[in-house]
Amino acid sequence: MRRIGVFVCHCGTNIAATVDVKTVAKTLGKEPAVVYATDYPYMCSEAGQNIIKDAIKEYQLEGVVVCSCSPRMHEATFRKMVAAAGLNPYMLEIANIREQCSWIHKDMQQATIKAIVLGRAAIAKVLLNAPLTAGESPVIKRALVIGGGIAGIQTALDIADAGYPVDIVEKEPTIGGKMTQIDKTFPTLDCSSCILTPKMVECSQNENITIYSYSEIEAVTGFVGNFSVKIRRKARYVDEDKCTGCGLCTEKCPVKNIPDAYNLGLSNRHAAYIPFAQAIPNVALLDSEHCIKLIKGKCGLCSKVCSAGAIDYEQTEKTIEQQYGAIVVATGYNPINIDGYDEFAYSQSKDVLTSLEFERILKADGPTEGHLQRLSDGKQPKALVFVQCVGSRESGSTHGCGKEYCSKICCMYTAKHAMLCREKYPDTDVYVFYIDVRTPGKNYDEFYRRAVEQYGVHYIKGMVGKVAPQADGTLDVQASDLIANEQLHIKADMVVLAAAIEADKTARPLATMLTASMDTNDFFTEAHAKLRPVESPTAGVFLSGACQGPKDIPDTVAQAGAAASKVIGLLAKDKLSCNPCTAHSDELKCNGCSSCANVCPYGAITYEDKDFSRRRDGSLIRRVACVNGAVCQGCGACTVACPSGAMDLKGFATSQIMAEVDAICK
Amino acid sequence: MADYKQVVLNASGVNPLKCMRCGKCSGTCPSYDAMEYHPHQFVYMVEKGEIEKLMASKSIYTCLSCFACVERCPRDVEPAKLIEVVRLAVVRQQGRNHLKSEYVPERIDDDLPQQAIVSAFRKYTK
Repeated sequence: MRRIGVFVCHCGTNIAATVDVKTVAKTLGKEPAVVYATDYPYMCSEAGQNIIKDAIKEYQLEGVVVCSCSPRMHEATFRKMVAAAGLNPYMLEIANIREQCSWIHKDMQQATIKAIVLGRAAIAKVLLNAPLTAGESPVIKRALVIGGGIAGIQTALDIADAGYPVDIVEKEPTIGGKMTQIDKTFPTLDCSSCILTPKMVECSQNENITIYSYSEIEAVTGFVGNFSVKIRRKARYVDEDKCTGCGLCTEKCPVKNIPDAYNLGLSNRHAAYIPFAQAIPNVALLDSEHCIKLIKGKCGLCSKVCSAGAIDYEQTEKTIEQQYGAIVVATGYNPINIDGYDEFAYSQSKDVLTSLEFERILKADGPTEGHLQRLSDGKQPKALVFVQCVGSRESGSTHGCGKEYCSKICCMYTAKHAMLCREKYPDTDVYVFYIDVRTPGKNYDEFYRRAVEQYGVHYIKGMVGKVAPQADGTLDVQASDLIANEQLHIKADMVVLAAAIEADKTARPLATMLTASMDTNDFFTEAHAKLRPVESPTAGVFLSGACQGPKDIPDTVAQAGAAASKVIGLLAKDKLSCNPCTAHSDELKCNGCSSCANVCPYGAITYEDKDFSRRRDGSLIRRVACVNGAVCQGCGACTVACPSGAMDLKGFATSQIMAEVDAICK
Repeated sequence: MADYKQVVLNASGVNPLKCMRCGKCSGTCPSYDAMEYHPHQFVYMVEKGEIEKLMASKSIYTCLSCFACVERCPRDVEPAKLIEVVRLAVVRQQGRNHLKSEYVPERIDDDLPQQAIVSAFRKYTK
């Protein structure tokens, strides 16, 4: 029998306060194969690791069990340590007595018994462990950034700057994202376009960056260092290389009543259009749902006026396939649909707007050319009411579209809106209804205070209960003022709702393709909330911007840079060591049914015809499964799917799992 | 009185700790000005256990039971249910109804919405 050592960690008081670690070490020390057992306050510390290293040598240990935190935390640390002591790193097992024991139990006696049982299971497993050697796989030195907003742009620029080629895939016809629609940015009030468009131009001019606009991800296969991605390039009906962006086609196009997405439907555009003046690429496209030529085959005006001959009615969508070493998700956010909030009369009055719509009103290239005007009658509003937390911080199913989280950016942009109104139009009365003003961030609270103290914005602690359009065109805003303990009625000309923000709808299907995990709000989960904030738990997939959670521009840019540095760190490697815990098939048991290949998410399983006849005369040729160890990621799906028990996983063999179960149930 | 508080919580099924004190209930309430204690105060007073103060207040009868506060509360706190339970506690304590059905016809006038009559019955005849 192998010689096993058991090392029980206190984790300070994390484990020791609930688990009697001395008893655990003493009890496990009496297990048949265990030749040495001890405990120590911090096994992961250098001193703790030295205890294990010394014991491996002194007691000639052949297997090591560490009873400590989750293997997700320190398995890599301890594997490295046993390897340094001369053991195969896979002759180590971790019994998780923290997350799965001490943290969830209150009773010490029960927790101690459970810790012992978990330790026994780990001992039973390590007795069956086999030494494993990790192979190597090459790294494709090209990165993919999904989403071309400020997050994706910054990540791409940083990766390109380090010398690696990077592709941006953007579903809209132009990169730029939400920031293109915003007027000014807090807390410095610099113009959003002025700081964004140079970066957009840089993307188009950087030789390391390729922009696939109006394109979507169709499929992702492969693994870290070796992703293969299918990108569907939607038809623009305009040759990107020939179009000069002169805009003549957009002027001549006779179809001109299509809601303009850039202005959130507050104005109309033509069927031939360029999203906005600074679009990158600055190339026109035809809206296939509305273009008369594409629907009925008649018209063709745009083609007649295009001197570059760029219009191509025959263009079809194309799918290209490209290989990448790393993928960055930067799919961003959208304001929620607030049609469900009848009390705010959003769908009844043109003068009730969302905050993003209000940005369009304020911005010079918006529907009112930057003039503060009511969309109903074009008059300048005298009294404006801003409502915070519309759909944020909701626990109920009341409206069906509320979000439980704080959307984080609304307090600041509302202060900005209120301030801009008062600055440009000092004769306006501006009211902000707030539940809490949340302004953590450098110079943020000072910004909000300036709105109150210098600009005279009326901040009222309370919530709007009802907005009722009146016959004279005003809006009766009924609200509570909690500090005055009264109910107010404000005769407003315009109401602006700070709608909650949510993850983009494309995020969930994308997460499925990437096998990257998400939370219940469809925000991507990070590998560790504090220590690995820009990595997804799926190796080689990184997170940038609001796809991970609500974020303002400064935070997004910081995270985008962090994601880029992680990508650069990965692409700088020539080879990655593979996970040796891969599947393998027992060809004598395999019946070639394809169940394993059907469930394999990595395409690691192929079939070959093998001659099993003893005389090699081809009289017994069977189709059997073969696993490509370099592609297999060891997820284990095939071992469950295999009806004949031929598939097994190295390091997690059925026999090992059963030994653990037996040890627990003993 | 902690006991009264428990009775109110049990009977209403409301958890006042869910309240984030936004005041939307009071912003919504059509009967606000007729009340001594307003819907958001109601929730907070139950949380603090000031049930007897509520029971002594006329506010519990001026609530229209329109349930607008319940409908619009972003945290599903349901203030109107608390008010209803406190009202019932008073009615039970007094051992009699506030409104007998035979008194209803003489009080009806053409301007009174039917919903208010039904609501009044629910409030005063349990």
